Amino acid sequence: MGLFTELKDSISRVTDKLFSAQEPKRIGIYGPPNAGKTTLANRIARDWTGDAVGPESHIPHETRRARRKENVEIERNGKKVTIDIVDTPGVTTKVDYEEFLDHDMEKEDAVRRSREATEGVAEAMHWLREDVDGVIYVLDSSTDPFTQVNTMLIGIIESQDLPVLILANKTDLEESSVQRIRNAFPQHETIPLSALEGDNMDEVYAKIAEYFG
Amino acid sequence: MPEVKEDGPNDGGGGVQIDLIGADRMANMAGMEKIRMILDGVRDGNIVILEKGLSPDEESKLIEVTMTEISPDEFNGIEIETYPRSETSDQSFLDRLMGKESSAKLTVIGPANQIETLHKDENLISALVSRK
Repeated sequence: MGLFTELKDSISRVTDKLFSAQEPKRIGIYGPPNAGKTTLANRIARDWTGDAVGPESHIPHETRRARRKENVEIERNGKKVTIDIVDTPGVTTKVDYEEFLDHDMEKEDAVRRSREATEGVAEAMHWLREDVDGVIYVLDSSTDPFTQVNTMLIGIIESQDLPVLILANKTDLEESSVQRIRNAFPQHETIPLSALEGDNMDEVYAKIAEYFG
Repeated sequence: MPEVKEDGPNDGGGGVQIDLIGADRMANMAGMEKIRMILDGVRDGNIVILEKGLSPDEESKLIEVTMTEISPDEFNGIEIETYPRSETSDQSFLDRLMGKESSAKLTVIGPANQIETLHKDENLISALVSRK
């Protein structure tokens, strides 16, 4: 094989890798604490791979490290997308260890948990700037979406020109209002779901295939 | 903002210091300088008001740096409020292309344990500020 042929082959391999449709997209699951991000990540991972991503809890900041589930293949309406799901800690601008004391935690554990939570949020922000190809933004539809953190995060995502899908989670709760989320972020499509109950996951998967495929 | 202080850091002796920072002053600062100035002020117990807020990228770094500085019983983080970004932004395509973030708006930042937002809508931010 001549030098020219070898060079041509290696360029071809590089371009194939660069433009390959099979290369998984890294999709970050973002949102405020307790929106149900891990419940959603586990639901997606279980439905398409059989494995979970991480433990779920009603205590804020249960997820304190970004966790990745690789090569999740989602197929809907003839569209197939392979994604790496990155479940991130809930984003906030403040963490007070005393809040954890309300959840029957000793001070030492609460301080450790808050320290891990702050590291996790910092890490999640870094991922958002550097390492994700798209975002699933999860909101608890039973709470007011019009918070500073949500406004800032959506602004940050928009400024990076990342595709974003807004999910109005916890529609199983009586106080849920999907319209309130639609009103808060009218520039984006909002999909209702209950990740816990598995309600409307078909539409969620169809939108994931459409947005990130 | 040490140059505007007369009585030293806001240690609870004389009320709450408010720093209103003009857009021109911010325009000459690098992103990390802005973040450092904000966090230094907030950690002294001051309320920092930016005439023109931060870009999304700077906001992202502000959250990240804030998280690295949180320390139990000392600093719990920040409370930050801006007016909502306008739907009909006057930002031109060229501005976006050049990376200019014209949607930034007045921003209020304070220590999380001293400032509480009472009401917020598209043209009013009402906050309760307490001493340390």
